Amino acid sequence: MSQRQVLQVFEQYQKARTQFVQMVAELATRPQNIETLQNAGVMSLLRPLLLDVVPTIQQTAALALGRLANYNDDLAEAVVKGDILPQLVYSLAEQNRFYKKAAAFVLRAVGKHSPQLAQAIVDCGALDTLVICLEDFDPGVKEAAAWALGYIARHNAELSQAVVDAGAVPLLVLCIQEPEIALKRIAASALSDISKHSPELAQTVVDAGAIAHLAQMILNPDSKLKRQVLSALSQIAKHSVDLAEMVVEAEIFPVVLTCLKDKDEYVKKNASTLIREIAKHTPELSQLIVNAGGVAAVIDCIGSCKGNIRLPGIMMLGYVAAHSENLAMAVIISKGVPQLSVCLSEEPEDHIKAAAAWALGQIGRHTPEHARAVAVTNTLPVLLSLYMSTESSEDLQVKSKKAIKNILQKCTYLPALEPFLYDAPPNILKHVVGQFSKVLPHDSKARRLFVTSGGLKKVQEIKAEPGSLLQEYINSINNCYPEEIVRYYSPGYSDTLLQRVDSYQPLTN
Amino acid sequence: MATLARLQARSTFVAQQYYYRNSVVDVFRKKEYDAAVKIQSWFRGCQVRAYIRYLHRVATVIQKWWRGYSGREEYRLLVKFASCAMKMNFYNAMAVRIQRRWRGYRIRKYCFNYFYLKEYLRAVSETNDAIREALEEFAEMKEREEKKADLEREEKERDSQARKMHYLLSTKQIPGIYNSPFRKDPDPWELRLQKAKPLTSQRSKVKDKHWVSPNSWLECTSARSFPRSEVLPPIDRKQCQGPFRDITEVLEQRYKPLEPTLRVAEPINELNVAREEFRRQEWMRNVNDNMFLPFSTYHKNKKYTPLMHSSSKYGPNSYGSRHFRDENPKKWICDKDFQTVLPSFDLFSKYGKLYSKAGQII
Repeated sequence: MSQRQVLQVFEQYQKARTQFVQMVAELATRPQNIETLQNAGVMSLLRPLLLDVVPTIQQTAALALGRLANYNDDLAEAVVKGDILPQLVYSLAEQNRFYKKAAAFVLRAVGKHSPQLAQAIVDCGALDTLVICLEDFDPGVKEAAAWALGYIARHNAELSQAVVDAGAVPLLVLCIQEPEIALKRIAASALSDISKHSPELAQTVVDAGAIAHLAQMILNPDSKLKRQVLSALSQIAKHSVDLAEMVVEAEIFPVVLTCLKDKDEYVKKNASTLIREIAKHTPELSQLIVNAGGVAAVIDCIGSCKGNIRLPGIMMLGYVAAHSENLAMAVIISKGVPQLSVCLSEEPEDHIKAAAAWALGQIGRHTPEHARAVAVTNTLPVLLSLYMSTESSEDLQVKSKKAIKNILQKCTYLPALEPFLYDAPPNILKHVVGQFSKVLPHDSKARRLFVTSGGLKKVQEIKAEPGSLLQEYINSINNCYPEEIVRYYSPGYSDTLLQRVDSYQPLTN
Repeated sequence: MATLARLQARSTFVAQQYYYRNSVVDVFRKKEYDAAVKIQSWFRGCQVRAYIRYLHRVATVIQKWWRGYSGREEYRLLVKFASCAMKMNFYNAMAVRIQRRWRGYRIRKYCFNYFYLKEYLRAVSETNDAIREALEEFAEMKEREEKKADLEREEKERDSQARKMHYLLSTKQIPGIYNSPFRKDPDPWELRLQKAKPLTSQRSKVKDKHWVSPNSWLECTSARSFPRSEVLPPIDRKQCQGPFRDITEVLEQRYKPLEPTLRVAEPINELNVAREEFRRQEWMRNVNDNMFLPFSTYHKNKKYTPLMHSSSKYGPNSYGSRHFRDENPKKWICDKDFQTVLPSFDLFSKYGKLYSKAGQII
């Protein structure tokens, strides 16, 4: 009898502990409770429960700790300061898979907040055990370990290098080939975080043979997976020409173009980011993309989204057009310019407008044909208004000014230049008048049009210092016309005529 | 003397007359002298002028000749230069023609092929159109698939709802709510209810994603395996009148964790599993896959190869074929053989776990 009662005491204690730890874990899921929990000193209570005999209590305690650390970085620091990490790392190696999952969750929750916390995790030797967890049979454990490694590697290059040195990359590449979708997602995200910092890290990932598997997974229907895979490929391709060529050799074109039509916005964004990172390196790579019809797909993609999703696509068009005039002509015939001018006028954000202005400048700066193609769509007045407006950010003003200058220096399409005579500031007016002075001497129809539209009148009204470039241009324009017409349109001519009328004595016969 | 006086009287007159006549002549003398001078100067002037004219004429002739000569020289120079300039212009023009042709040829052949560019741009725009079409098709296909999946899901949902609401089906006596007698046709839900299969009363809604064997119940963290007494009985509840057992005991018994007997602990197909296992072991272990054929008729043609261990040059050893045990009858205690063991019965597996208190140590 007494034995039973003694045992009952122990059972009650165990029940109490289990209940406590489960309630704490449940409360920690709601953010409003966490403050109260922290003030009640939950950390110090949970810490000994991690060493409990009963495995379930250990696991639930680890889960509760993970949820608390996940919430904000003060709690995560408290976890680090409370010396909990070495214990977790030690038992991570020995326990069953539920405990491993919970412990990896705690490591992830601590490591995600700041580089210092992630460094603390690395310092207590967690990386080796996490890499061992990556070899576990249970896909949940692998997922938790890969997630933790990804969050650690995300912060900076040294931490990424530490993760790579622990030998995580080949195992992550193996994880990508597993059938579970969640595991694939997390492994792809971890590879993306590792390779984004420097070319050497990206090269390590490529040497492990990741590109082929990532390229295969582009065809997977799951959209979150596609996001991560495209992000990983773009982080690899952005560093150098060789890496970009390797990514292209994995035959991602034209499959990647189907991702541009995906329902998920972020898949579109990451796909256009990938294409942009490939296109920006050399003209040959841009040529490849143009030949595969990538430009049309990107333009359609720009048309179908709004806001920040468009930005990589716009930049991609700018990079392609910047390489050579043939590529810029290819962008023009794919109907890129109307789309870009729509972006320029529609978008509320300044940085997207700046990107669109830059791209238009790159397209129009090569030859008069290109400048004409840009000017026909009536974008120049929009660019001018952006440059002159006081609300535009400095970056936007600088970029639109450069774009206007580049386009104007090659533009011979006079109907688009004429509005500039009226409202342009003096530094742009100089270029406009210069263009007129180049075109008018050779084209008689243009001269006639210039007169009838009132351009000559406006040119006469421009005040310029004698000897300046502007005055030379004005003189060369005036030389194209007979003197009477120039005098007729010069300002104050009507006054001189009236004066002559006043001073005229009619002959009396 | 008279004449003298007359002369002297006339002397002054003669003097006057003499002076007067001389002076008259003097008046004319000046005039005539002036006139003569004029005439002479005029004539001299004419002479000089004629001479000068002559000189002029001669000088003009010389100058004329000289000017003509020097003009012709200059003209020759001019002509020379003009012809040189004309030749140079001609050569330049021809050279420009040649250069123009050559530059055009070179650019067209080596640097920039206009027609190739046009072809290329046309090909690019064609590719673009093809890609756009393909992507449109792809997007349409995706949408269709999504719609189909949606429709299927909806269908499934309605189906499950119909199964749940099966009791609303109308019977012959009582029309159900979907089969109102005032309607012309029954509601489509009615037809659906008719088609749906009723759910069984014990719905196993528990979807066991991970089938955990009962042996590892300690590792289960699912709620079911813990005796979580969420709803404890109220403390001040009066004991129900009647022959009811103590509620705590009842609850204990009801929520007792699973302690399966050995028989239940094994899976139901354990025999098959064991057989499979055995077969696998055999396959792994056996060197020879041929089945053992018992009767000698199967091995008629086989020559018997005796064991090396039990054969000697004097014949086969009888140990291994006649007797297997080391028989030493002198050491036997009794002359009976071993007895077979009785099968167990599960008296003790239920010890302490029955409802009744019979046989328990208090």
